Amino acid sequence: MLEAREISVPLIGGHKSLAQVTSDVCSAMDRRPTLWWWLAFSIALLALGVGIAATSYQVATGIGTWGLNRTVGWAFDITNFVFWIGIGHAGTLISAILFLLRQRWRTSVNRSAEAMTIFAVICAGIFPLIHMGRPWLAFWMFPYPNYRGPLWVNFRSPLVWDFFAISTYFTISLVFWYIGLIPDCATIRDRSRGWRRKVFGILSLGWDGSYRTWLRYETVYLLLAGLATPLVISVHTIVSWDFATSIIPGWHATIFPPYFVAGAIFSGMAMVLTLMILVRKTMNLQDYITHRHVDVMCKMVLFTSGIVSLSYFTEFFTALYSNNPYEQFTFINRAFGPLGWSYWIMTSCNVLVPQFLWFKAVRRNLVVVFLISILVNVGMWFERFVIIVTSLHRDFLPSSWSTYSPTTIEIATLVGSFGLFFTLFLLFCRILPVIAIGEVKGVLEE
Amino acid sequence: MSRIFIGTFEHEHDIVGVTRESRLRGLRIADVYVPYAVHGLDEAMGLKPSKLPWVCFALGLFGATFKVWFEFWTTASDWPINVGGKPWNSLPAFVPVTFEVMVLFAGVSTVIAFLAGQRMRPGKVAVMPSNRVTDDHFVLVLEQQDASFDEVKVRELFEKYNVIAVEERGGKEER
Repeated sequence: MLEAREISVPLIGGHKSLAQVTSDVCSAMDRRPTLWWWLAFSIALLALGVGIAATSYQVATGIGTWGLNRTVGWAFDITNFVFWIGIGHAGTLISAILFLLRQRWRTSVNRSAEAMTIFAVICAGIFPLIHMGRPWLAFWMFPYPNYRGPLWVNFRSPLVWDFFAISTYFTISLVFWYIGLIPDCATIRDRSRGWRRKVFGILSLGWDGSYRTWLRYETVYLLLAGLATPLVISVHTIVSWDFATSIIPGWHATIFPPYFVAGAIFSGMAMVLTLMILVRKTMNLQDYITHRHVDVMCKMVLFTSGIVSLSYFTEFFTALYSNNPYEQFTFINRAFGPLGWSYWIMTSCNVLVPQFLWFKAVRRNLVVVFLISILVNVGMWFERFVIIVTSLHRDFLPSSWSTYSPTTIEIATLVGSFGLFFTLFLLFCRILPVIAIGEVKGVLEE
Repeated sequence: MSRIFIGTFEHEHDIVGVTRESRLRGLRIADVYVPYAVHGLDEAMGLKPSKLPWVCFALGLFGATFKVWFEFWTTASDWPINVGGKPWNSLPAFVPVTFEVMVLFAGVSTVIAFLAGQRMRPGKVAVMPSNRVTDDHFVLVLEQQDASFDEVKVRELFEKYNVIAVEERGGKEER
């Protein structure tokens, strides 16, 4: 009985007409920002300021300002990089993979999830850039004819693969997002006056709603979705190869690509939940982002949590069963060594906490879902920290064993990346339609 | 001077129905304007599928081929460097970047081809039968091609599908 009732719940609440959808989404942009928005924006801006100060100091002084040492050469920065790239993946999952799978509920969340992807990739890109120490020479990563030989980049290196993967991912995500925005920009253009009409007139590229254009537009959208789907899997696969192609125990594992991709979608979905729960409340979009949407996303978090948990188990089992003393040591050290606390934060947040989502009452309680989504991301940040730092800090030679603790500059840079992410996201909520108007209209008559 | 008839409708099923029937009656459909991608309209209008997948395929293939050649040329020919004793032509190691470049070329070129094909560019002024086609109206534009065009019958046809406004404009349709 329950099942049947659930299916009959419409995707969009409140029996909206087409014009109502337009006015609901646009009026959220017309209204003056709420006090909550200003509060959130000030905090985000403050965090961004802290990050800019820390990054400028670090770039001017050198990466000696970080807590890295000869043994632990990668720590906070690469953790943050992998964390942010992972966040982005859920946006592409929602916009591309769920589009191909004809999951119509995605229409309410895809616009903001794609925006989240773009902002997360921007945050991610900053970390390898500043880790270079001399970020103004970052263009050396690009294979261009130069006066040093020409000395080409090493195409056998996963770090070069990563550069291509991230830049392609960013470009395609941006294009995909913009293509999706064009009809909505035209909608806003046709209902506004003055400067807004001008700006959206430019952004909408002369969109006239002709069905001939729509037909080709749909084709482009489908093609981009088809391209973005393997792309998103390739991106985190390549990120995992940054580790897996090395011979460090704890990194050198064939399970890494699927494990990383699942983890990315897990953390990204949790971030989508965090943002959507905030957006529906602060922008008054309860009829568009309904309990049904939250419920589906919770189930995806639960599902990917299962894959991640299985990966943790498999990884540990393989290491113990390998009969390789270094591999065995790394994993026992990971869980019971001096940094063991981070391992247990990771497992409790990623394996145990999501289990609450089995209960419908929990999935319907937005406050609890919100807390779980934040804990999942705490756990996923620690997952990368565990993989990177615990594998490095005690290597083959006990004489070079070391430990790692972040400096204030590193923590401030992480805070700054959150500041950047939320500043961009909050601005996006004010100036662009957070719901894909054209797509929601398409599922209205369901 | 040809005349055009503009019928405005409020529902998806009406626009699909009236478009299909207009085409079956041999009327000339200048265009249909809709606020969202209405499924089934392409078949109702008798439109052929877009050729854009071919652009995507061709440019994707070009990107991948170019990149394999480029990686091979830089790594094995122009300035060969021995990296850990790996072969000059490390084809398996070239796969990831080749894949990324293929996706980049295919995706970006498809979008450029789409925008160019539709003559869409920043600053272009949209010519639409009404501002509400991007909001909640579905509009069918019929073109009178010869004397056999029966205005009364067209109006009847529109009425059958719950038209809310019929407009007649002389001169060429601007598009």
